[in-house]
Amino acid sequence: MKLSEIVAALDLEVRAGADHLDREVTGAYASDLLSDVMGHASEGALWITLQVHQNIVAVAVMKSLAGIVLVKNREPDEATMRKAEEEEIPLLISSLGAFELAGKLFGMGLSGS
Amino acid sequence: MEPRYGKTQELLYELKIEQVMRTDVVTIASDATMSELREILREHSISGVPVVDGDELVGLASIEDLIRWLSSREPDCAVHEQMTRDPECLHADQPLVHALRRFDESGFGRFPIVERASGRMVGILTKGGIIEGVLRKLEREFKEEEIRAYRVSHIFEDLLADYKEIYLTYNVPGKDFDRAGSASTRMKRNLKRLGIRPDIIHRLAIASYEAEMNVVIYTDGGTMEYRISPHEVILRVRDRGPGISDVEEALRPGWSTAEPWVRDLGFGAGMGLPNIKKCADKLEIDSHPGRGTTLKMRIFTGEADEAQ
Ligand SMILES: Nc1ncnc2c1ncn2[C@@H]1O[C@H](COP(=O)(O)OP(=O)(O)OP(=O)(O)O)[C@@H](O)[C@H]1O
Ligand SMILES: [Mg+2]
Repeated sequence: MKLSEIVAALDLEVRAGADHLDREVTGAYASDLLSDVMGHASEGALWITLQVHQNIVAVAVMKSLAGIVLVKNREPDEATMRKAEEEEIPLLISSLGAFELAGKLFGMGLSGS
Repeated sequence: MEPRYGKTQELLYELKIEQVMRTDVVTIASDATMSELREILREHSISGVPVVDGDELVGLASIEDLIRWLSSREPDCAVHEQMTRDPECLHADQPLVHALRRFDESGFGRFPIVERASGRMVGILTKGGIIEGVLRKLEREFKEEEIRAYRVSHIFEDLLADYKEIYLTYNVPGKDFDRAGSASTRMKRNLKRLGIRPDIIHRLAIASYEAEMNVVIYTDGGTMEYRISPHEVILRVRDRGPGISDVEEALRPGWSTAEPWVRDLGFGAGMGLPNIKKCADKLEIDSHPGRGTTLKMRIFTGEADEAQ
């Protein structure tokens, strides 16, 4: 499923990487612990988190993730947006909490690892 | 002359019509008027369109038909009165060389492309489309060629020595969360460029990032050294930090001394070292309290057929 389809279906706001929404999303992973994501998220997964610090971009790059969704309307730091734009990582915002968002994505056919 | 065209000719045989045809086909209905045809051709800057009724292809209306109609000074009429009926079609799965031959023999400017099984129109092919398609393919092959030339295996083959390695080092400033991860992200880019296998890049990326973050979080800085040789990558991460008093314990999943503010940033799960251990083929940790820590990991890079 394309990232752009998810953005449209779940009404996500795009804060960075708007040119890279044609990426294929192969799964999703929800976690706020960076090492957990490093160890367990799979390549091409969409990452659901409430972390807004720029370190999340480096993690997404290192793991070749499809993008990052910040939950509960959390606003990313200025530096996070800049870095995401630079590194071509889509940075999205959802009004839902992690539980509801994960539920919707699961319902759309995405799975964990 | 012939040999100079070798590569292009090869491409013409290799490429299928469906790889270069336009699929967003502009069409017109047979009962549309000639002035409507003129508008459509102008609007899309094209020189002809398939005439389609419902699902069925019934003709081809081109700029030649339009000019003939204009110069006859007849009143506006339906496209089906001026169009070419039963136009010759080509199949999507035919090689491009066949299409080129048909263009030459027929003198036509465009062919509707149909799917062999269903007979459904799936695209349109013009000479311009062929040129574009071949150029695109050439560019893609050129890029792949460039990466291949970079590949470690090639570099190592080209250099003459008894022992060869690529040596890259990075400085990692301590406590600088703004630049944290930059050594690993830059290194990942290099590894891709060097054509290292993706699954190995993935393992190196994890191990490298975790080690870098530990230096950023727990020390005042250190260095990361990568040694890339034909069959393995060795990564040595050194710092002059506080050291780890019990390495055994530090390696246990969940064990962490991260301070609360570091945990707020998402670190401190106590999974960094376990992740490294899982990704490296060999891991040595040499740590002296008060003097610093050195991590040495080795990851074998052998091709799939000679792996480990
Ligand atoms: N370079 C280092 N210098 C000093 N102590 C270190 C170093 N690397 C790791 N440690 C110690 O080992 C512990 C475990 O490290 P590990 O990377 O496994 O987990 P963490 O850094 O605490 O959390 P995480 O990596 O999951 O964010 C750390 O909390 C720290 O006490
Ligand atoms: Mg760590």
